Amino acid sequence: MSTGSPDSLLPDGETLEELSNSPRATFDVEKIRAEFPVLDQRVNGHPLIYLDNAATTQKPRSVIEAIGSYYSNNNANVHRGVHELSQRATVDFEQSREKVRNLIGASSIEEIIFVRGATEGINLVAQTFGRTRVRAGDEILITTMEHHSNIVPWQMLCEQVGAKLKVVPINDRGEISLDEYESLLGEKTRLVAAAHLSNALGTINPVHEMVRLAHEKDIPVLLDSAQGTSHLEVDVKDIDCDFLVLSGHKMYGPTGIGALYGKKEHLSAMPPYQGGGDMILSVTFEKTTYNELPHKFEAGTPNIAGAIGLGAAIDFLESCGVKALMEHEHEVLVYGEEALRNLPEVRLIGEAKEKSSVLSFVVAGVHPHDLGTILDHQGIAIRTGHHCAQPTMERFQVPATARASIACFNTKQDIDALIRGIKSAIEVFT
Amino acid sequence: MDLRELYQDLILDHSRKPRNFRTLPSARCAEGYNPLCGDRIKVFVNIEGNMVKDVCFQGAGCAICTASASLMTDAIRDKTEEQAHEIFESFHRLVTSEEPPKAEGIDLGKLSVFAGVREYPIRIKCATLAWHTLRAALDKETEAITTESTD
Ligand SMILES: Cc1ncc(COP(=O)(O)O)c(C=O)c1O
Repeated sequence: MSTGSPDSLLPDGETLEELSNSPRATFDVEKIRAEFPVLDQRVNGHPLIYLDNAATTQKPRSVIEAIGSYYSNNNANVHRGVHELSQRATVDFEQSREKVRNLIGASSIEEIIFVRGATEGINLVAQTFGRTRVRAGDEILITTMEHHSNIVPWQMLCEQVGAKLKVVPINDRGEISLDEYESLLGEKTRLVAAAHLSNALGTINPVHEMVRLAHEKDIPVLLDSAQGTSHLEVDVKDIDCDFLVLSGHKMYGPTGIGALYGKKEHLSAMPPYQGGGDMILSVTFEKTTYNELPHKFEAGTPNIAGAIGLGAAIDFLESCGVKALMEHEHEVLVYGEEALRNLPEVRLIGEAKEKSSVLSFVVAGVHPHDLGTILDHQGIAIRTGHHCAQPTMERFQVPATARASIACFNTKQDIDALIRGIKSAIEVFT
Repeated sequence: MDLRELYQDLILDHSRKPRNFRTLPSARCAEGYNPLCGDRIKVFVNIEGNMVKDVCFQGAGCAICTASASLMTDAIRDKTEEQAHEIFESFHRLVTSEEPPKAEGIDLGKLSVFAGVREYPIRIKCATLAWHTLRAALDKETEAITTESTD
């Protein structure tokens, strides 16, 4: 988040200044760091500084223990056993669904489908909602800053039904213009699919406005909130989006689990995604009756441990306080941006007014890949490459960037180490 | 391990001032791409008889990739195609094998500065991209090759 129109990010009547003046007793970064066992190690002889959270966040002890405890104490299949363990597993699994619902403010657990991750959530919508609602000649609107997982499933759908993919351009700061967006919402647009928070640029899209403009023309909106739920307050009723996907491993939870939120009216009308056990009420060879929501979309034995881990991750996020965490991360982000701007060799990629958690940049004379190796030597983990967003890289005419991405446990000291590392790389190469 | 074993002076020099960094019209040409880091280079070779008369490259890559392409062009000029393939094999072993390279009868000369790469598995593709691309050009393959399946 950033200064600028704060209505989407801050609670009613509060300004950023008031927020940063409010007591910080709730957010003790040292205490939070201590919750992450993995941070307590040396890499290549230096204390680990983990700045690759947009790729995947580290996991707090409570998440690791929740997964271990499920396997040690309660392991059983869900929704199908009368025995004690199966009941325990089912209760914990379904409690996690309730935690997801509560985190994003959905109306009902029927609207929360467990999936493998953001990618599977988007594919599910493309192949069910998309296959039944999008016809030859129709259009799907995405933005230039999308992750490949919010591009390719739509391209596949377009190919299958003969539809066209349209793309909202972005400016040099990495922002879409709402005017251009509005002009691309046409007669033939059947769906908007947009990043909530861009993993490559850190841009926070004006999702409230985007949804409002699309709904004026009866166009539903899917938000890719893979990066959103760990850095922003997300309220699907307030945003009024039709679909939203989130990813466990980007929000302190395990890999292989995520969730799709969909408005009940859509989910009820959509055909199932995969067929199998759990998604049916009755099967004969003549006719199968599908199960109720959300189970209709959850064929097969789900990732039970993953869902339970995700539940623990949501507890962790809420114990930090999402607002306090946003404030902390914003401070580190602004500190990092200033420090990077002070290096004449550095060009920031992505300078949106509304921004969160991502420092994407290139260094004159130092290829991102070389920078990544040199930083790794100092125990600093960043991501280098195209971040699964090749069209975004093309827009900025760079083959790759270096990206430091911030989580709740990162500090200004981490940024200081990063800057020292970048300086040492510049020394090697120039 | 000391970073300077990877980034030796000769590598830094060739990455800053790549040799034979140009195009050759009417030559065999192939393009190589490493999707992991976005490195993309084109290698051009002119063959006369079976001799590599001229070889050059263009593109954008990291220091390891650029220096490797630059030193490669120096190493294979005026060699026969067979010799070029042999140098490729020998170079490949140098940067990939667990064991330090045995004496092989082929003197890699300046190319031995890339020995440090084998300590950085993720960077091996950077060092070999130009070479895979060269081989594709020699074989007159025309499609872009990637490093994904070749190492
Ligand atoms: C913006 C964005 N969307 C989608 C994804 C894919 O998420 P998942 O790994 O959960 O499939 C990512 C992860 O890199 C992402 O950053």
